Amino acid sequence: MYKIVEKEILSEVTKRIVVEAPQVARKAQAGQFVIIRIDERGERIPLTIADYERDAGLVTLIFQEVGKTTRQLGTLEPGDALATVVGPLGHPSEIENYGTVVCVGGGVGIAPVFPIARALKEAGNHVISIIGARNKDLLFWEDRMRAVSDELIVCTDDGSYGRKALVTEPLKELLEERAGEIARVWAIGPAIMMKFVSLTTHPFNVPTIVSLNSIMVDGTGMCGCCRVLVNGEARFVCVDGPEFEGHEVDWDNLLSRLQFYREEEQLALERWEHECRLDAALQEKGGA
Amino acid sequence: MSGLTQRERLQIPRQPMPAQDPEVRRGNFNEVALGFTEELARQEAERCLQCARPHCVEGCPVGVLIPEFIRALREGDMVEAVRVMKINNSLPAICGRVCPQEVQCEAMCVLGKRGEPVAIGRLERFVGDFELAQRTCPLECCEPTGRKVAVVGTGPAGLTCAVDVAREGHKVVMFEALHAPGGVLIYGIPEFRLPKSVVHSEVDYAVECLGIEIRTDHVVGRTVTLDELLEEFDAVFLGTGAGLPKFLRIPGINYNGVMSANEFLTRVNLMKGYLFPEYDTPVKVGKKVAVIGAGNVAMDAARCSLRLQTLRARQTGEEPGEVHIVYRRSRAEVPARAEEVHHAEEEGIIFDFLTNPVEILGDEKGNVRGMRCVRMELGEPDESGRRRPVPIEGSEFEMEVDTVIFALGTSPNPLVFAEAEGLERTKWGTVVADPETGRTTKPRVWAGGDVVTGAATVVSAMGAGRRAAADINRFLKGEAPW
Repeated sequence: MYKIVEKEILSEVTKRIVVEAPQVARKAQAGQFVIIRIDERGERIPLTIADYERDAGLVTLIFQEVGKTTRQLGTLEPGDALATVVGPLGHPSEIENYGTVVCVGGGVGIAPVFPIARALKEAGNHVISIIGARNKDLLFWEDRMRAVSDELIVCTDDGSYGRKALVTEPLKELLEERAGEIARVWAIGPAIMMKFVSLTTHPFNVPTIVSLNSIMVDGTGMCGCCRVLVNGEARFVCVDGPEFEGHEVDWDNLLSRLQFYREEEQLALERWEHECRLDAALQEKGGA
Repeated sequence: MSGLTQRERLQIPRQPMPAQDPEVRRGNFNEVALGFTEELARQEAERCLQCARPHCVEGCPVGVLIPEFIRALREGDMVEAVRVMKINNSLPAICGRVCPQEVQCEAMCVLGKRGEPVAIGRLERFVGDFELAQRTCPLECCEPTGRKVAVVGTGPAGLTCAVDVAREGHKVVMFEALHAPGGVLIYGIPEFRLPKSVVHSEVDYAVECLGIEIRTDHVVGRTVTLDELLEEFDAVFLGTGAGLPKFLRIPGINYNGVMSANEFLTRVNLMKGYLFPEYDTPVKVGKKVAVIGAGNVAMDAARCSLRLQTLRARQTGEEPGEVHIVYRRSRAEVPARAEEVHHAEEEGIIFDFLTNPVEILGDEKGNVRGMRCVRMELGEPDESGRRRPVPIEGSEFEMEVDTVIFALGTSPNPLVFAEAEGLERTKWGTVVADPETGRTTKPRVWAGGDVVTGAATVVSAMGAGRRAAADINRFLKGEAPW
């Protein structure tokens, strides 16, 4: 079992937990992920490693509550434990001094982009970061991102904080204003955001690294559930990725594959919510 | 009854295995073969002629002392039967269920020349199950030697190797990438052929008796590398199997509803997807499933699909649907065990022979809606000795399907070879190892099972694990330096 030692609520639906997993912390690098499983009946889901402390044997995970497993994960508290934390999986980000780079983090994607931005900064890059979310409440880690960026642009879809814009708008302006200067773009966030970031950078011919979030089971190349089409070839996100050149990814195929278990996910969530309500009602009754 | 003459023994018919009725079992995941009763087992054991030079043993990859255990069984001495069995096989309840006895021990049985061979596998299972329930003969190990051996992979090869090394008093640590030990026995072979409770008890029993440590959630090549293991351990055995799925290189393989048998079976078996939503991992099959391939894994995938369809039909009241095995060769070339094919047909799986998909077709939402297939005919024999299937020109047709499962074999997962310099592999990705000793080209590293041979059987992997263990033991004693 892997004990949760710290928990922080970053937004209503975004939580940060720090987990004891020394064998993962020992090897973790920016860009890699773990597979977690909450309990014996739980499913295996991938979560990007947002940070790690090698000496303390700790791994930081940040997740957005979207389905049954992430909602349940959000109810766990320090002292609770996860049944599985395995990793680090996938290839680390290729960090070099490229010159000027842009790191785009959308929603919960801000978490995994942070260690990459930090590593790029340490490698001597001029780091411009763009972070965005639907609204102010969903934003987090502005301060941490600012600390590792030379420039930071914050935007929200509804304008409740920072600039009212999608992340692609400031990105496009940067590419236009500093043509030839920007050597590389990283983009992590919802698949739809990464798709549009890739479309935005494509005309400027700037390499665009995305970190894909496909459905996985084992995470070691065994099942092939996570396969995506890259340049028309099936590649496994778990062992060939998770980072790919965004211009080569078949986004519509990825978006459709992410929907495959939608009905089942909905059913599992409803069932879980129902159980939670029952538990709450029982407790209330017991208390009264 | 032990005073029977040979002639009387020859007159006893081979005892049939009690099994769930096909109509019933297609709607559940419970074990199909129910196991011999004590009476059936004794009766079957009476058939053995106790040959002075038994050929059956030669047919067994791990050399089980077959006539001896059968004799003890028919004399009613179960404890002795278990003891004899365990000399050469530490996982009898598993082997008795999944070994292809018809091409191994039973193929060599002298009774098979004139009639039906002794049902050695069924007797082995009977002994194995008795021991799991009674635990009369725990494995014992010698005094600790202070030497340490890492076993990578907890499937049949790794487990057998670990047991044989630990018996000599060496400390064994096993590394498993998934969250539960057992490898293919857990994620691959379905509950209805090999109940997971049998695997868990068999593994727990051996591990507890011998003080073997199992580190789950450790992906060798990522969490820890082979070179790091060599710093901590005196010897390393690689029994990582063949876990990488193959997809046909045809258009359309990324539509929703196309998956590898590995994914499908892992969802069903390891993650217990058939119990969704009690368990969180979903698994879904459509109304018309095509399983591509005709090996044992294809039969498992087809039979799991059929069960999921039947269970769904019970809930919704709709028709369950169809499951097809689509195979490019003919019935004669089917690589699956005859018994598995028989069970599949009994349950209602449809076989489409001499048929090969050339494209998977999708709808506007990205879901599978069909396959474009071509009819095949058999030409000249190929390198495997089987007649090569050749497409018949102009025979293309569309097959309406909504789920496609590829069961075309697997190859070793290369992840384990990250940072493993000097470990030679073949062009198929398998590890080069001495077939007698399991020694690889990298000092102090042994390998055996599917990672060396490519996908094969549970018991051949056990045989390789056992041979490697013997060599590791000699190496650690200083009798066989590297």
